[in-house]
Amino acid sequence: MTATRGFGDLHLRPPLSDMERVKRMVAKSAELGFRLVGVTLPYNASLEVVEKLRKICAEVDVDLATRIDLAPKASNELLDDLRRFRRRFELVSVVCTSKSVARQAAKDRRVDLLSFPSSERRQRFFDRAEAELASGALASLEVDMAPLLLLEGFQRARLLSCLRREVAIAEGFKVPITVCSGATSEQLLRNPSDFVALASLFDMASERALEALSEVPFAIVRRNREKLSPDFVAPGIRVVRRGDCCRSG
Amino acid sequence: MRRRYLAVRVESEASVNREELTDAVWRAVTQLFGEYGASQVGLVVIEYDEQNGRGVVRCSHKAVPMVKASIASITKIDGKSAAIRVLGVSGTLKALHKRYG
Repeated sequence: MTATRGFGDLHLRPPLSDMERVKRMVAKSAELGFRLVGVTLPYNASLEVVEKLRKICAEVDVDLATRIDLAPKASNELLDDLRRFRRRFELVSVVCTSKSVARQAAKDRRVDLLSFPSSERRQRFFDRAEAELASGALASLEVDMAPLLLLEGFQRARLLSCLRREVAIAEGFKVPITVCSGATSEQLLRNPSDFVALASLFDMASERALEALSEVPFAIVRRNREKLSPDFVAPGIRVVRRGDCCRSG
Repeated sequence: MRRRYLAVRVESEASVNREELTDAVWRAVTQLFGEYGASQVGLVVIEYDEQNGRGVVRCSHKAVPMVKASIASITKIDGKSAAIRVLGVSGTLKALHKRYG
């Protein structure tokens, strides 16, 4: 499995104040078979921190994607945040804590990942309407595995039930799904085949789960890097040459 | 009953003995699949080296996905923070040892 596919974990949440721990987490991700990691950064992350992270990742031959988790309270706050931060991060995730935010995030093509943190069914807004909006845009449904590992008993059963429903809806509307660790420590990291086994708990077929760990994350990062490139004009159009040689007259 | 053997590696902040490992895996299976599900798994820890944390877990071939998911869900062993990695699955112990040492 690892020989043919590259795997990506788009949601690592290491404490950036402790670079040794960050190093251990990135090294563990590499050891477990991931070649791409998305690390959540604060909106005011300095270039120095980003460079440090890139160096840590390069040491273990892992590609770093910078990521911001936006958690706006209202849809206009989300629009403001997207205007301010979209071009500064390779990945933008929106933590949907209200229906209006979820709907706006699903239809906005600047949003990469839709995240629903609550295990309370009424607080999760990924329903058919949300999926329909997302299918017309570019957002993927993000499934973090950390809560599944940390919750127990009734709460975990409830979360599994929500995930089963959301994954089925996403598949029905062809909304891409990304499976991520959401890990804050090495102990919450798992290898891709463990994630596939965990995804089977909410009835995600193993081939879909593998796609959610490989093709989908790589495609998101590739697309965004292309967009963030200075040569990007519009999807499918980019500047191939600049300067005097391009002038017709 | 056809059996499968899973090579596992325990990663923990403190050392874990065989009983603690067995207990953790059984508890995880029971938590995820209930007592009825756990009764169908045929779970046995047949080898475990406390020094390097490597072991072999045997289960029924139909229960492999259940056991893999249960093992992946373990975050604590005997109250200590831990994770168990499944290194691979095989139909015979001989093949398992050949591949995963």
